[in-house]
Amino acid sequence: MMDLLDVFATAGFWAATVRIACPLIFATLGELICERAGVLNLGIEGIMTLGAMTGWMWVYQGGDLWTGVVFAALCGAMFGLLHAVFTVHLGLSQHVTGIGITMLASALSYYTFRMLLPESSTPPKIVPFQALDLGWLSSMPFLGEVLFRQTAMSWLAFACVPVIVLVLYRTPLGLAVRMAGENPVAVEAQGINVFAVRTGAVMAGSALMAVGGAYLTMSAFDAFYFGMVNGRGWICVALVIFASWRPGKALLGALLFAALDAFQVRAQQQVGAFIPYQVFLMLPYVLSIAAMVVMARKARYPKALLVPFRRGDRV
Amino acid sequence: MRLEPREHTPLWLIVTAPLAAVAVSLLLTSTLVLWAGEPVTTAYALLFKGAFGSRFALTETLARATPLILTGLAAAVAFRAKFWNIGAEGQLYCGALATTWLGTGMLEAHPAVLIPALFVAGALAGGIALLVPVFLKVRLRVDEVVTTLLLNFVILLLVNYLVEGPWKDPMSLGWPQAAPIIDEGVLPRLVERSRLHLGLVVGVVAALAVWLTLRYTVWGYEIRAVGQNPEAAAFAGIGVGATVLRVALISGGLAGMAGVTEVAGLKGYLTLDLSPGFGYAGIAVAMLAALHPLGVVLSAVFLAGIYVGADSMSRAVNIPNYIADVIVACSVLSVLVSLMLVQFKVRLR
Amino acid sequence: MSVNTSFSADARASRAGAPVLEVRGVSKRFGALLANDDISLTLYPGEVLALLGENGAGKTTLMNILFGHYQADAGSVRVDGQELAAGHTRAALDAGLGMVHQHFTLADNLTVLDNVALGSQPLLSWRSRHREARQRLLSLATEFRLAVDPERLVADLSVGERQRVEILKALFRGARILILDEPTAVLTPQESEHLFRTLRALVQRGLSVVFISHKMHEILSVSDRVAVLRRGRLVGEVDTARTDRNALAELMVGHAVTRPTVSHLEPGKPVIALEGVGVDTGDGATALHDVTLAVREREIVGIAGVAGNGQGTLARLLSGLARPSSGTLLWRGETITRYSPRHFVARGVARIPEDRHAAGIFPEMSVWENLLNEELRRAPLWRAGHIIDRRACREHARRLIEEFDIRCDSMDMAARLLSGGNMQKLLLARVLYRRPDFILANQPVRGLDEGAIAFVHERLLAAKSRGAGVLLMSEDLDEILTLCDRVIVMYHGRASRALEVAKVTARDLGLMMSGDLDHVPGAVPA
Repeated sequence: MMDLLDVFATAGFWAATVRIACPLIFATLGELICERAGVLNLGIEGIMTLGAMTGWMWVYQGGDLWTGVVFAALCGAMFGLLHAVFTVHLGLSQHVTGIGITMLASALSYYTFRMLLPESSTPPKIVPFQALDLGWLSSMPFLGEVLFRQTAMSWLAFACVPVIVLVLYRTPLGLAVRMAGENPVAVEAQGINVFAVRTGAVMAGSALMAVGGAYLTMSAFDAFYFGMVNGRGWICVALVIFASWRPGKALLGALLFAALDAFQVRAQQQVGAFIPYQVFLMLPYVLSIAAMVVMARKARYPKALLVPFRRGDRV
Repeated sequence: MRLEPREHTPLWLIVTAPLAAVAVSLLLTSTLVLWAGEPVTTAYALLFKGAFGSRFALTETLARATPLILTGLAAAVAFRAKFWNIGAEGQLYCGALATTWLGTGMLEAHPAVLIPALFVAGALAGGIALLVPVFLKVRLRVDEVVTTLLLNFVILLLVNYLVEGPWKDPMSLGWPQAAPIIDEGVLPRLVERSRLHLGLVVGVVAALAVWLTLRYTVWGYEIRAVGQNPEAAAFAGIGVGATVLRVALISGGLAGMAGVTEVAGLKGYLTLDLSPGFGYAGIAVAMLAALHPLGVVLSAVFLAGIYVGADSMSRAVNIPNYIADVIVACSVLSVLVSLMLVQFKVRLR
Repeated sequence: MSVNTSFSADARASRAGAPVLEVRGVSKRFGALLANDDISLTLYPGEVLALLGENGAGKTTLMNILFGHYQADAGSVRVDGQELAAGHTRAALDAGLGMVHQHFTLADNLTVLDNVALGSQPLLSWRSRHREARQRLLSLATEFRLAVDPERLVADLSVGERQRVEILKALFRGARILILDEPTAVLTPQESEHLFRTLRALVQRGLSVVFISHKMHEILSVSDRVAVLRRGRLVGEVDTARTDRNALAELMVGHAVTRPTVSHLEPGKPVIALEGVGVDTGDGATALHDVTLAVREREIVGIAGVAGNGQGTLARLLSGLARPSSGTLLWRGETITRYSPRHFVARGVARIPEDRHAAGIFPEMSVWENLLNEELRRAPLWRAGHIIDRRACREHARRLIEEFDIRCDSMDMAARLLSGGNMQKLLLARVLYRRPDFILANQPVRGLDEGAIAFVHERLLAAKSRGAGVLLMSEDLDEILTLCDRVIVMYHGRASRALEVAKVTARDLGLMMSGDLDHVPGAVPA
């Protein structure tokens, strides 16, 4: 039992927490932006897969890492645009559109991957983002490993949080996005194009989701394989609710979740003899459900979430 | 651009809408075929032939359609009530687990008793899988989309554990699978020397039952009412919570039955790869049928044809069989648009 | 009596200055409906122009065209002599048009300041100028005496306060022409007075006001001129001083308005009664406290009060959707123990929901299926209580459609395609055909045109003559004073005693609606 608690004392555990949290941070922030604007984006799982494949493939075909990230983001934004055309402009079911986008983005990712790389026994790899060496910071005991030997993409993930807080709460654009999710009629009454704001938000959010997926293949690991996202997208949807649609809380939620996930992996090694490993693997999903339950009572949904806006729709 | 509701919708429009959607998605996917370097007509001809072009193909397609009919019905019933059950995959596996538990020797009886018992057990297991999401939705207002989705992963891990552990068949030469269903429990074949089994009949009967229920019974009225306007339903005295629960049990039950057909009909035993996404494909089936129970049968056969045909095509030419998933996904999106065009006219300002 | 509908030249000549707003020949068609038919209007600086018309006359469409939400098929709009670019809300706002919408365009979960400041800076500016915005808002508030707290969440504001925010929103954008759409629909008479004072202050500072309403007495008291719309056409433009209620009503409807005859009948025994009833909603504002009232046979009792004072809870209680946490509910003297819509309907309670779209119909179901709503599981429409007898149901529907004059292409048509008036007739048909003993009519004529209003009122009066008791909840004091025998006012979940309508005035009711529930009619307030 004491061995179990010792896990928390190892730097490796905390470093792993950061690493596991990063894709979740990107994707949760992305979904948060979409939902704040009033659109539920269930395409998240597929878009993350797409980001994972496109970013990796760009590098595999000889491209540079950062341009690969940009490429993944653009692909994500494209699918975000597709989602927005259906849900914002045509007012179609956000649930079904999202599932359709997830199916399409995943299927296209797998098809493309298989087309460009026929089956082989050894999965192909790239050289991913390396841990940044920050001189004396990196050689600090404990903190050095946890905080200062992360990749550039990890830094990007954390940097996204204050940027999004700033944009959402301190710029006119952020106010328009928040309003679009609360009362789009109010936005239109002020002469702002609701469709444009919502579409932009969904595209930006989808780009972030794709970057989250790209993190998996370009920073955390170095290969793309089928089923790689493994439900992380859905977990992020739960985390948005847990975070009450606030970016700061989203960061907290992602870290908390990642810590539990990192713990679960290490606990397996210790207690694996008594408890089947599948139980440990179930924990992330069960905990996500628990997170939603915890916040359910107090959840203050953006009022216009899931409500399509029809121009000139007046009672 | 504005959408103006149509005064009345002609029947021909309602029928051609899904067909148009499919045509569009085949057209869009043909770009992928061209990328693979194959002429479109040959490729699609191979697809069609592989799906419907021979006795073998036809039986394979119908066998593949069987679970799709049931998961399609599961999605159709749930979506009618605006209960977003995306957990059909997990509910299918629950049905499979129940089948394995009951049908590998626990109950020894005549097929006329055992087979119905398996379906009942499978349906119950599928329904039970939805109890937690329903409770969370009705009592705590927790969205069912994410809960049902996440449960899929949990259930799959449970199956993983059982099949690799306590239920592993010692005689299976190291492959992780459970013990086979006893002879009395195996669903009889409908056509000799094929994989087509009684499950198809069960599926069609279920579709009829769902259709009759929705159209002619109080329950059907209440389900449709709750799906269209829960506030008005509550005002009229319809128990919204009770209706949602009923919908969930029916939907889960249907998906569970799909698990029964795969274990007791197609494979004969439980494996880890029992369902290549039948639960999710059921959503596509339901959407293409515009949530109509009888239409589900047709759209299930069509989608099964796509999958079987794509498999066959990918063996003949160098096109990855993921193309089937692309076609299905495109169809889901395009049917949304075509169903909208059935209800609305598009006006440019 | 004929009304001077000619465009009086000397009236116009006496106005100072050139027109601030000119609408010329605006027309707009939606499919078969001609919503605006060649409308031409002028607005002069410093005046209040009332736009009168019943529901469906085209007022809102015209406003939407002004604001760029729709593009007119023909015609033009000029502001201060400059042509206004069509279809661009921003152009209208920049030109000085400001609108106070009927349904407030405010986001509940955001602060007053956020709501007001939205759109005042270009979208792609780097930072929001919060401090400057707050200063400006507070100075506007002081200047026009519209007190607000910039940091409060809109959700916490009262209806009157929210309207003030709506007005400030327009002023913040520099509106010179303020358009108010049915602003007093949700205000007490006293709050309306406050609004009119505000409008006069605005006008004194050189703003011009367009006041859209269908309430005659307000228009007569606040406006300088009245423009009347009927079926999309402008049918008259008169100076307020030279016209009266009846003339305006006749212009508005197009023919002499016949009000249904309201006869006072001898009330019978109580049908439904509340004694000391309290309902706890967990949200203090809408709970009921110690309510005692009774509705007797052959009478119509009105419930007056600004929305949000417990009427909704009372309606839910009487619909069988809420239980009392204290006190008793009596039906014909017998205590009610089972609270559910089905039990209430079985006893003979007829309920007309407040919002026909939100709680009345199932939009995709056919008209005949919607007519079944109250009948669930009752024979003969249902065999064995579970199976729908489609033939019997359709026959039943056919009879109701005929008796209640529900205009629809066919009974298989989706209910959402019905017009507002016909939808309301469907709701009435569904409950009235069974000759109920008690009718709960919650805002039964909201949003309907005069013809439909007359129909609904006639049916309620017919039910009363037949022996039913009617409880009418209405935000329109006119309706209550014309139709009801007795009236009860609600405020913060409490109910006043029932007063004879013949003995109260709108002013009395207004005082009670603002909190003085024990006010004695005719008494001068302290």
